Amino acid sequence: MRLKSGIAKYIKSTALQRRIMRRKGLDRFFAFEGLFVMGVALLVLFALVGQLTADGGGRLSWQFLTSFPSRFPAQAGILTAWIGTILVMLVTALAAIPLGIGAAIYLEEYSGKSWLTDVIEINIANLAGVPSIVYGLMALGLLVYELHLGQSFLTAGLTLGMLILPMVIIATREAIRSVPPAVREAAYALGATKWQTVRDHVLPYSMGGILTGMILALSRAVGETAPLITVGALSFIAFLPHPPWQGEFPFVSFEWLFDPFTVMPIQMFNWVSRPQEEFHVNAAAAGLILLAMSLAMNAVAIVIRARFRKRIHW
Amino acid sequence: MQRLRLFGLVAILVPALATVGLWSSELVHSESTALIKVDGSSTVFPITEAVAEEFQKETRGSVRVTVGISGTGGGFKKFCRGEIDVQDASRPISSSEIEACRAGGVQFYELPIAFDALTIAVSPQATWVDSITVAELKTMWEPSAQGRVTKWNQIRSTWPDQPLKLFGAGSDSGTFDYFTEAVVGKAKSSRGDFTASEDDNTLVQGIANDKQALGYIPFAYYEPNKKRLKAVSIDGGHGPVSPSRETVENGSYQPLSRPLFIYVSTKSAARPEVKRFVEFYLAQVPVLAPQVKYVPLPPQAYALAGEHFKNGRHGTAFQGGSTIGMKIEDLLRREATL
Repeated sequence: MRLKSGIAKYIKSTALQRRIMRRKGLDRFFAFEGLFVMGVALLVLFALVGQLTADGGGRLSWQFLTSFPSRFPAQAGILTAWIGTILVMLVTALAAIPLGIGAAIYLEEYSGKSWLTDVIEINIANLAGVPSIVYGLMALGLLVYELHLGQSFLTAGLTLGMLILPMVIIATREAIRSVPPAVREAAYALGATKWQTVRDHVLPYSMGGILTGMILALSRAVGETAPLITVGALSFIAFLPHPPWQGEFPFVSFEWLFDPFTVMPIQMFNWVSRPQEEFHVNAAAAGLILLAMSLAMNAVAIVIRARFRKRIHW
Repeated sequence: MQRLRLFGLVAILVPALATVGLWSSELVHSESTALIKVDGSSTVFPITEAVAEEFQKETRGSVRVTVGISGTGGGFKKFCRGEIDVQDASRPISSSEIEACRAGGVQFYELPIAFDALTIAVSPQATWVDSITVAELKTMWEPSAQGRVTKWNQIRSTWPDQPLKLFGAGSDSGTFDYFTEAVVGKAKSSRGDFTASEDDNTLVQGIANDKQALGYIPFAYYEPNKKRLKAVSIDGGHGPVSPSRETVENGSYQPLSRPLFIYVSTKSAARPEVKRFVEFYLAQVPVLAPQVKYVPLPPQAYALAGEHFKNGRHGTAFQGGSTIGMKIEDLLRREATL
């Protein structure tokens, strides 16, 4: 009885209440700070998009999307650039994603702890921080001069693929690690093999995280210029690569892989460095399209991710 | 969710369908097309781009031309390895590049195509300066001026006692090489404490907004910004001359006007489409160069270049030397000695 009243008395004491108030205040302050930081980030983004729209919005038209580059700003378009970006991204994704996921599965699920895996791990972490121009120089020596792949879509895609491979591996490993060990143990208990466990449980459950990693990696690749200039991206191409399909069997053609290429950021870079103001407007409009492209790419990944999430029942 | 899926579908389908449509229209032409590769100087790029654009219209897509920007030096590396057909150059080939080309078994035609004028620009508010001598420019830019020459009145006593803010090309650009060689006397020899940028638009912006600023930019960047910049006349010993098409053509704007070249590999020139492209280039550049703000050469220069090309007279007229202070007649005389 005495204890109870003692506690009640203490709770009512101003010292404690002041302390609680202070902590709650700190709590609110932190929440406010978080909101503020997010607001600033969003504001910067909106300002950027707004500025781009104000500058280049008026230039957006069907003509702009379907015209080749030209010395006349009003006739110039980004046809080769956006098709180039899509094709390069396709090669990049096809090269880096299966390889990266495979490597991550091996490192997380199959390999034991040994000095070799330690070395590999340290290397991957370091590679993720190597400046992109270094990948460009490496690709120039290896892909262009040694393997004779030429200054082509294939070279460009593989270069960016190498660039984002470490990121893909790291993101996938994080995602795989977040699947509780109990899930694996349950699968083994029911007699599943290691591969069955990985295929039916670990991979689907970690797909959300993996796809987030892919989005970030591809979003980085889509804006890269330095390594592509090094391997020979061009500033003026007024023709399309060979179409990826053909009239006769087998209907798919891979000739485009060896065609010369350009991409959106290189077209933009070329335009902002021109003397005429009208070209700068073109660059802003191209920036808007690039933004829309990377948003579309992210949207696709988000849709796929949502589908995978829906299937998980723990 | 449903709506999201629909959005995703649209996001994939629209570009995909557009691609299919555009390619199909292109499909007809894509059979056996010849490819001409051009690379090199960013200064020459606008001219070659214009020619390539017109050439592809002319040949209706049966010949494909690509133009890259690797810089004059980077382009020559590719050219001498035989990777490209035509090289854009904002200066004549250097002796080490001649050596590299010999090692790579690449012989070439040297064809001058236009003139460019470097412009000394200040803000229109800098009312005190209308002309400047080459000696004064040297005082301003030589390496020993670093940290020492910092005020306008140190250059000429009648100019105000105000800080001098210098803007110039970055050290990787051919413009920097040319300006330092023409003004200081030795390529790449310059003071380091100035605002340097490879992007000439940055320089235009910097100079236009500061009345204490002075900088050098290519004429093609001065021309569209005439309202925001003032071009300073250059006094090379025969009175002040301001940069313009006329003064470059008659050779009086010295020493800051420079010839631009294309180099064509003899091996490539044996291919009919490259031959046709080069002939088209020489025929059209007098019209196209002024459109992108460069000064064309006199007609006899193109005639001479075309003759060299036709008669197979390859090699360089400069043997690794420079073109500083070279008038159009000098250039013609040089080229005629080939």
